Amino acid sequence: MNIAKPNSYRSGPDERGHFGIFGGRFVAETLMPLILDLEKAYTAAKADPAFQAEMNGYLKNYVGRPSPLYFAERLTEHLGGAKIYLKREELNHTGSHKVNNVLGQIMLARRMGKKRIIAETGAGQHGVATATLCARFGLECVVYMGAVDVERQQPNVIRMEMLGAKVNPVQSGTRTLKDAMNEALRDWVTNVHNTFYCIGTVAGPHPYPTLVRDFQSIIGNETKVQMQEVEGRLPDSLVACIGGGSNAMGLFHPFLDDSTVEIFGVEAAGHGLTQLHAASIAGGRPGVLHGNRTYLLMDADGQIQDAHSISAGLDYPGIGPEHSWLHEIGRVNYLSATDDEALAAFQLLSRLEGIIPALEPAHAIAKVMELAPKRPKDHLMVVNLSGRGDKDVPQVGDILRGKTK
Amino acid sequence: MTTRIDTRFAELKKAGRSAFVTYVMAGDPDLTTSLNIVKALPKAGADVIELGIPFTDPMADGPSIQAAGLRALKNGMTLKKTLELVRGFREDDNVTPLVLMGYYNPIYIYGVDKFLADAKTAGVDGLIIVDLPPEEDDELCIPALKAGLNFIRLATPTTDDKRLPAVLANTSGFVYYVSIAGITGAAAADANAVGEAVARIKRHTKLPICVGFGIRTPQAARAIAEKADGSVVGTALVDALKNSLDAEGRATAKTVNAVAELTASLAQGVKGARQAAE
Repeated sequence: MNIAKPNSYRSGPDERGHFGIFGGRFVAETLMPLILDLEKAYTAAKADPAFQAEMNGYLKNYVGRPSPLYFAERLTEHLGGAKIYLKREELNHTGSHKVNNVLGQIMLARRMGKKRIIAETGAGQHGVATATLCARFGLECVVYMGAVDVERQQPNVIRMEMLGAKVNPVQSGTRTLKDAMNEALRDWVTNVHNTFYCIGTVAGPHPYPTLVRDFQSIIGNETKVQMQEVEGRLPDSLVACIGGGSNAMGLFHPFLDDSTVEIFGVEAAGHGLTQLHAASIAGGRPGVLHGNRTYLLMDADGQIQDAHSISAGLDYPGIGPEHSWLHEIGRVNYLSATDDEALAAFQLLSRLEGIIPALEPAHAIAKVMELAPKRPKDHLMVVNLSGRGDKDVPQVGDILRGKTK
Repeated sequence: MTTRIDTRFAELKKAGRSAFVTYVMAGDPDLTTSLNIVKALPKAGADVIELGIPFTDPMADGPSIQAAGLRALKNGMTLKKTLELVRGFREDDNVTPLVLMGYYNPIYIYGVDKFLADAKTAGVDGLIIVDLPPEEDDELCIPALKAGLNFIRLATPTTDDKRLPAVLANTSGFVYYVSIAGITGAAAADANAVGEAVARIKRHTKLPICVGFGIRTPQAARAIAEKADGSVVGTALVDALKNSLDAEGRATAKTVNAVAELTASLAQGVKGARQAAE
């Protein structure tokens, strides 16, 4: 396919929410008026200095930003190539990058007068962040989570309940993130009058992919400033894991027009790309689901297929529409890492740096293990360490002791 | 362009009665049984047939219709076979309007132009695609109208007067008023609120207005029929079908009759209704 390069990679989407052919607003009529309201409210909030100022206050004192850009010296030595920096999103309050977006959306919900918040969650990180901010602002919180994920991410389920959220295990379909999203959409259609749907990733109907990206772009914006401070220049490459792709988009977006910066997104290859996996770009094609057109895993009839990843947060058969566009236009390279590669990276980072990563960014570390040794020692590589591994300790512990596979 | 839908609503108007619209899932629980059910519907009193296209992720449907879709898919149902089913139905019935209802992805993957051509040839009269609001009219609505198929739009309690013209702009055949903010088969529709909503929509369009979501009994169907040009029953029929299956989810000797009998009793409810003053 021959696609003309745009003047800027950062100007999307168009007014109808399209990134090239991707994105859009494929939702039931019941939701359409709400989505238009949300777009209006977001446009107004963006232009309101008071909104940004209030958010900055919470980002600094409640979330704990800026998150450090940390030189991973022993990982760098071990791999013997590029100089590796970790963007420490796992140090945020609630333990992942998810809180950046949730804070923005909850503040929007407050502006819109919504008192009831719903969210879908896979690994539970988005659910925990949503439950946290609902507690902070006194809002009702209902989280939909696939029954399979409820099982494998128990620590986060307990956290959400402690924070006062109601966790609804979803029994339909494959009982993972995709079904949690279906169920959240069904709740939203039923409770449109008082409910705000806090989507956790850069997917869903317009304007969600854009507003989530904007709230997460603080990751890349800080990285730019921090790298300038320590190295006096731009990084040479960026690496981040991708389920829906919000941590990756947050890191990538501010750098898209810096042509010297190589960008790598890492999908979950599960048992391998010829078997069960969750790599929508590597193994899927464009289709329409959950409000947007994007790369999806599906069969010849357009039925959505089951995804698989060891990491609940990446276990989704789609990807944000802007990633699909960045793939087609060739600006970002999309790679994939298997369950086993992620497990090896999980252990390596724990042993070398004393940082237990979540299984999601362990996929990014796994590709750093391949990419870094092939690059010179003055190459600056930034990895988004999007979440910490506390939630995965019981699951990985069982796997390493040979209890489960 | 006059479709079977236009003809049928014109006839009903002349006869002074409201339409009874039935929804069943194509291929539930298998292709042969499903075809026999669809063939039995007009005889049992269905004026218009809506046939669901199975989809793995039906975001606007409740548990009953979700399960119906999964039963059909498990037995190998596809969009191609759904069109075969329509062809089979048209062998004996060239007058009852048939509308396909579902989600966009299977059609998008089939290929829009090829789908529209094949659907028209098979004898489909209209489409109701839940996840295509007017904002996405270029995708399927406009091509469908060009291909001679009605594109039936959903209007909902959240569609206000300001938005109604946009929703009605490219709608044809009839307007499907979703009587509740919610998913299929959930709450019961309130006939008075429905009456007000129908009157409101009628100020914007001359198209017939059918009401669905939340109608389960002959009494409810009758109450709605007094307020609207048609009432749609889906979940109750799908539940009747499910209750007739064996423990493994296979059709039994009772399955076709279970759906036909409930259709007949609901149709009686609708036909007993006094037509609302125009």
